[in-house]
Amino acid sequence: MRALKQHQGVVAPMDRSNVDTDMIIPKQFLKSIKRTGFGPNLFDELRYMDEGKPDQDCSTRPINPDFVLNQDRYKNASVLLARRNFGCGSSREHAPWALEDFGFRVIVAPSFADIFYNNCFKNGLLPIVLPEDVVGQLFREVEQSEGYQLAVDLEARTVTTPSGETFTFEVDDFRRHCLLNGLDDIGVTLEDAEVIRSYEESRRRTAPWLFGAGS
Amino acid sequence: MAGKTLYDKLWDDHLVKQRDDGSALIYIDRQLLHEVTSPQAFEGLRLAGRKPWRIDANIATPDHNVPTTDRDRGVEGIVDPVSRIQVETLDKNCDEFGILEFKIKDQRQGIVHVIGPEQGATLPGMSIVCGDSHTSTHGAFGCLAHGIGTSEVEHVLATQCLVQQKMKNMLVKVNGKLDPGVTGKDVVLAIIGKIGTAGGTGYAIEFGGEAIQGLSMEGRMTICNMSIEAGARVGMVAVDDTTIDYVRNRPFGPKGDQWDAAVNYWRTLHSDSDATFDKVVELDGSEIQPQVSWGTSPEMVVGIDGRVPDPEQEADPIKREGIVRALKYMGLQPNMAITDIKLDRVFIGSCTNSRIEDLREAAAVVKGRKVSPILKQAMVVPGSGLVKAQAEQEGLDKIFIEAGLEWRDPGCSMCLAMNADKLGQGEHCASTSNRNFEGRQGFGGRTHLVSPAMAAAAAVTGHFVDVRELTN
Repeated sequence: MRALKQHQGVVAPMDRSNVDTDMIIPKQFLKSIKRTGFGPNLFDELRYMDEGKPDQDCSTRPINPDFVLNQDRYKNASVLLARRNFGCGSSREHAPWALEDFGFRVIVAPSFADIFYNNCFKNGLLPIVLPEDVVGQLFREVEQSEGYQLAVDLEARTVTTPSGETFTFEVDDFRRHCLLNGLDDIGVTLEDAEVIRSYEESRRRTAPWLFGAGS
Repeated sequence: MAGKTLYDKLWDDHLVKQRDDGSALIYIDRQLLHEVTSPQAFEGLRLAGRKPWRIDANIATPDHNVPTTDRDRGVEGIVDPVSRIQVETLDKNCDEFGILEFKIKDQRQGIVHVIGPEQGATLPGMSIVCGDSHTSTHGAFGCLAHGIGTSEVEHVLATQCLVQQKMKNMLVKVNGKLDPGVTGKDVVLAIIGKIGTAGGTGYAIEFGGEAIQGLSMEGRMTICNMSIEAGARVGMVAVDDTTIDYVRNRPFGPKGDQWDAAVNYWRTLHSDSDATFDKVVELDGSEIQPQVSWGTSPEMVVGIDGRVPDPEQEADPIKREGIVRALKYMGLQPNMAITDIKLDRVFIGSCTNSRIEDLREAAAVVKGRKVSPILKQAMVVPGSGLVKAQAEQEGLDKIFIEAGLEWRDPGCSMCLAMNADKLGQGEHCASTSNRNFEGRQGFGGRTHLVSPAMAAAAAVTGHFVDVRELTN
């Protein structure tokens, strides 16, 4: 996984609440057996005027000029500013894969859905929760200033605006540690293989019916 | 010391290691696998040269992509080549790693959240994961069950553990008795309408109270299934006689002496009387009406006697904007009666409502009636091959077919339209599924979430109607 320590980038505003994972990456693209290549279909139904199909050349499709990511000023955005309950719905990790593949590294919102939030950290994508009034302020600033960027420091847990205003955010230590160092958390867990084995042996004794195949 | 909640007990029973940084390793007793969220996990194992930690903890089946017709042809019957590759990939991965799979032609194939309980592969007290957010379904058995992403599917395959932070405890108590004609689906939609789609975020929800205790396992599964639509990854119901009776004699369940030992343990799986919850929400079950969703989020729901809301009446600007957007997408006018919404299709199925009891409830409504000529299609998709066989043994298939509904083969089908079953642009569908998001059931499709009985009533009238008017 790609590490993320600090990041500065152009902010794109996604001004609607309850953005669900079907919206982030519609189901027809979940048929891929790969982890990559979802970027062109990020927000497919909002971004294009036609119905997208897997393995299609998206460069010739009719685009929706009103959609935020189709506007020139946001085309190189790497920070997504969003409203409450971002990423609700299904557990599809294709949603963070698509955001990451498009070029996003950071998402700022007042709240995230649990599974999506967790999936982001597995893919070098940092979801940041800031209070609703702060997010509202950032939406106004992005609107007013073309090329608006935010600077994020995961080590310090801070987000800094172009005017130098700094907000701190919370993130749990384990996820932060893995993302800062780009760690494979399976490797970290397997360091405890003996502890897992010993738990498993005791469970086998107390609940033997949980082991062995069915009839 | 205060007593423990059911969630506290399940957490403690599965805690392998509490780390200093606040995270914990939780042991996973069962992983269910399907074709959509597993290929990258198996590929990850291969690339890292890892083997599954405990093969017998895993059970797989294809469900999202499978067609609901022409199933005699097996994988060859999947017309879409991309879908076919995904199902073939699951077969190959399970064969390579030695994982038990109910393949497309196996009668035990079905939606993962239907086959787990049906096989007794879901048992009280288990921790269960699946790369699917509706894994919360299994919490109906007093399990710790939640949906995970593909990286975590790989993590569980490789380590039999999941890295977790403990969630907060919420009790949703539904008091009183439900009216006949009001089902688990109506209860959970009413709960989501009350607490919102983010109301349960960060919580494990236990559903309790007289109305929940009075429900069958099917009804409880429907409620736990949609916990995620209230934002909660985990939903649970305490174990009681209803639970134990359901689990008895299932193929994967304990036998002989082990059965007695298991039951003794399962009887402890309830919140202690002095347990405290971080949040408690109460509803009066006797006041819950049959529910219909009108918008593009499951919280956008009203009783059958209700009306489509007027955004002008909403004080919160973000919610108001959401209502305006939803009305535009759904092609509805503020203040119109729910019963005036015209329908194009009816879908009875999905991991929320495709079990035998759901089909019985729908069949009871359509029996002796005909599907409205206004509709383009009404279809019934059983949750598994065994549900299908049971329904046919009871003659439900004949009731549906005589009424003009299509009787299909098992799978996720039009709940998320990854196979050929989907809505056309602008079409309204009365659906027993779980999500009414934009485009969920097909590009431009408009979903209204209802119970199986309400979907059946809509099928024979062509619009929404209080099912109690047809059955009383």
